[in-house]
Amino acid sequence: MIETASLLAVLPELILTAGGLILMLVAAYAGDGSARVVNWLSVVTLAIAGVALSCSLAHGPDAFDGLYRADAFSVFAKALIYGAAAAAILLAPRFFSVGGKPRPEYAVLILFAAIGMGMMVSAGDLLTLYVGLEMNSLASYVLASFMRQDERSSEAGLKYFVLGSLASGILLYGSALLYGFTGTTAFDGIAVAMGDGVSNGELFGMVFLLCGLAFKISAVPFHMWTPDVYEGAPTPVTAFFGSAPKVAAIALTVRVAIEALGPAGLDWQQIVIFVALASILFGAVAAIGQTNIKRLMAYSSINNVGFALIGLAAGTPAGVAGTMSYMAIYVLMTVGAFACILQMRDADGNPVETIASLSGLSQSRKGLAAALAIFMFSMAGIPPLFGFWAKFLVFDAAVAANLTLLAAFGIAMSVIGAFYYLKIIKTMYFDEPIVAYEAKGGPVENIILTACAVVIVLGYLLNPVLDQASAAAAASLF
Amino acid sequence: MDGFPILSLMMAVPMAGAIACLFAGANSARWIALIATLVDLVLGIALWANFDQGGLQWQFQEYHPIFGRFAWALGIDGIALMLIALTVFLMPICIGASWQAIQKRVGEYMAAFLFMEVLMIGVFTAQDLYLFYIMFEAGLIPMYLIIGIWGGADRIYASYKFFLYTLLGSVLMLIAMMWMVHEAGTTEIPALMTYNFDPHVQTWLFLAFFASFAVKMPMWPVHTWLPDAHVQAPTAGSVILAGVLLKMGGYGFIRFSLPMFPEASAQLAPLVWGLSMVAVVYTSLVALVQSDMKKLIAYSSVAHMAIVTVGLFAFNQAGIEGAMMVMLGHGLVSGALFLCVGVIYDRLHTREINRYGGLSINMPKYAVLFMLFTMASVGLPGTSNFVGEFLSLMGIYQASSWVALVCTTGIILGAAYMLYLYRRICYGEQKNADAAAMPDLSVREVALLAPIAAAVLWMGVYPESFLAPMRADIRALEARLAPAAPAGDSKIKMGAPKQPSEGHHEEASAHGEAH
Repeated sequence: MIETASLLAVLPELILTAGGLILMLVAAYAGDGSARVVNWLSVVTLAIAGVALSCSLAHGPDAFDGLYRADAFSVFAKALIYGAAAAAILLAPRFFSVGGKPRPEYAVLILFAAIGMGMMVSAGDLLTLYVGLEMNSLASYVLASFMRQDERSSEAGLKYFVLGSLASGILLYGSALLYGFTGTTAFDGIAVAMGDGVSNGELFGMVFLLCGLAFKISAVPFHMWTPDVYEGAPTPVTAFFGSAPKVAAIALTVRVAIEALGPAGLDWQQIVIFVALASILFGAVAAIGQTNIKRLMAYSSINNVGFALIGLAAGTPAGVAGTMSYMAIYVLMTVGAFACILQMRDADGNPVETIASLSGLSQSRKGLAAALAIFMFSMAGIPPLFGFWAKFLVFDAAVAANLTLLAAFGIAMSVIGAFYYLKIIKTMYFDEPIVAYEAKGGPVENIILTACAVVIVLGYLLNPVLDQASAAAAASLF
Repeated sequence: MDGFPILSLMMAVPMAGAIACLFAGANSARWIALIATLVDLVLGIALWANFDQGGLQWQFQEYHPIFGRFAWALGIDGIALMLIALTVFLMPICIGASWQAIQKRVGEYMAAFLFMEVLMIGVFTAQDLYLFYIMFEAGLIPMYLIIGIWGGADRIYASYKFFLYTLLGSVLMLIAMMWMVHEAGTTEIPALMTYNFDPHVQTWLFLAFFASFAVKMPMWPVHTWLPDAHVQAPTAGSVILAGVLLKMGGYGFIRFSLPMFPEASAQLAPLVWGLSMVAVVYTSLVALVQSDMKKLIAYSSVAHMAIVTVGLFAFNQAGIEGAMMVMLGHGLVSGALFLCVGVIYDRLHTREINRYGGLSINMPKYAVLFMLFTMASVGLPGTSNFVGEFLSLMGIYQASSWVALVCTTGIILGAAYMLYLYRRICYGEQKNADAAAMPDLSVREVALLAPIAAAVLWMGVYPESFLAPMRADIRALEARLAPAAPAGDSKIKMGAPKQPSEGHHEEASAHGEAH
């Protein structure tokens, strides 16, 4: 007998599941012509699920005997995930309508991915974790190869699938080891078992588990798939990959590290510190030579994950709050930046992806250039833009946790990263125009872009709200 | 003016102007910018007039905790007041200097300058550590765009170098700030100025702040971004860079490094002295061989800033007052010199010194004003820089006579390169026909240079107007530094004035009567 409280706690997932299945049927019977309706209904479904989060929180924190957690942490992450998923749906139609018709399955797949991501951030057990992760991954593999006639897109999907399966295997192996040595798959049970010291078997299980997760968040040294997949996937899908799944994977990693592996903090801290610094450095250095903007965004996401992990490395509530705030601001910047990138279309409406094509954009499309410049300066962490505050929070947590040296190294390397963001601004503002862009962007793109830019510029006024929400989210893990 | 948020208003006016400029046409953007900066100048004068000398240390305070972890906290002391006055004084002149020189993307240009003004005032008024950092760092964005869009041929390299150099310097300061806030439990600058950090940690904190301010200042050997940035920036960009942005480094030392880390400052003073001595001699010699006017003045800025650092690290009132006066004086004089370069650059479009010559014949007004600023830069008595340099060197003499000896050669070398520059441009025969045909200063150009000339003379003849507002603050700083100040090597002994004996006095008067 399933208790009602548990069902109410998973209400957002239930809504998304029902919505996804119904829309799938609509898509199957009504054909491609229904794309527009399905898109909007998916966004509405996501919005309803977002509202249902409060119901979920009221009936938490534990559901299904601890398999599923409906706490402030998961609600924070899900709000970001649903928002980013909705943006990815809204941004897509114009892209797919070039040289073909938009297909309704796109939005449905994103809904299914959102269910998986919701399970990931709510996982209280290694099995829930794995099911959520795979559900998200399956939808993502299909999304990556969504333009099946396009060679690059198919290649991206295949690469993502092969490497993703490998990572899932590693993760499963780690889970199995942990289960073998602790006798349980529940996060709190693992924490109790590790409380009396970490045995070698548990250590190996932990390392494998973290490797699998590092793949999902595309942290160095498990990042190799990212540039290829980001470049090959259709641009709206790339925007999606860069935002929602990143939040889900980071939140999942944080939850596993704190809730399940908490007693082994000193052991995983070294791993996280290495991964964080390596990601920051590699993401920054490798991005410098890129000429394709989507590839550059891939390296930028690797770089950003490194910064977000600095908060986790601190291992304190403040650090976790910093990481979650980082992801919130990062999602805004990524969605905004991709809303700009999606407008990179030549005069005939065909998408262009080279950075060089941005030359002189500030003279032909003033507003678009200004918005992209805001997002780039923000990603580089230059105040007074909000991206600075994201970095500030994680470094502040690191300093408070006596990791001053880590903070100093990390922030010094952020200067390297600033270089390639500046390169884009230089191309837009200092160079003379070469490619004539389409004169106007779509209204939806422009609205999303403007909203993100306004928050990035005036974000500091939201600080009290963000502080409170992220602190509550972090407190629910400790 | 109690409770009236004049400081916020001084930042709101240019901010509103900046937004308006973005949407305005070229000509209206010029007028909007000019009006906004003039309004700010009027507000600045009102600020000075209402500043209570010898009153509370912090005046015009505002406090609104709207940002969660930090607050919109503003407030000024005499030191900040002087630097704000310098900023609002130079800004309308910068706008005027760009009136005709800038023809493309005028709206964005004016917006960048006005935004710059917001941030400069913000830096000097911020009373919250993080607010200060945000203002300090945000200045990179408009300056990067100003150099990169409206700069000279090699502008892209210069803009990158400027941005990355200064960014690398200041991020380490941010980490130090975080540490300080966690240690002291407050983000308020006045509270932190009296907090006693552990002397061992102070060294690290000092070095982190030093990394930022030394680059901004700039001190040898991290000065190399400055000549590039100056040469490539448009005239008004150079004026604001030399006039105000460099002062942020000095302001940082005086507001943060010295009062917050007095022990570390004393411990590392020899390092600062050493770098400054090298800077004075080396950059002066480099300036002597430049063939590009702007580069020459840029190197002279580095030398002058070294006088500022030795004055600051003299740990006594004379030195610090002198450093402040050099900062103010140099802000005016170097700004004016860049304007003078801009005047002839606008006519001939070259900065090569050799392309000019004998300008005193066809441009007599220009030659007079240029002469005045040249002499001020040299430190001629009666001009602003003399007061500052004299006080600085007097201060450092009490701390270390060797440093004073080496740094004083800077004055001689300064005279050498400035007079040599003046001779090549204004005197001699008119070897280039096109240079000889240049018209003299226009009314607009006179209107730009004349106020600076007046201020330079005022500061040189009656420096008390500028020293008085700062005196109490500098005295407080000296008191804060006194326990840590290094012992001087000059062993100055104040001679006791001879007390004329009673008998002698009577004898003298009797003697007088006898006559």
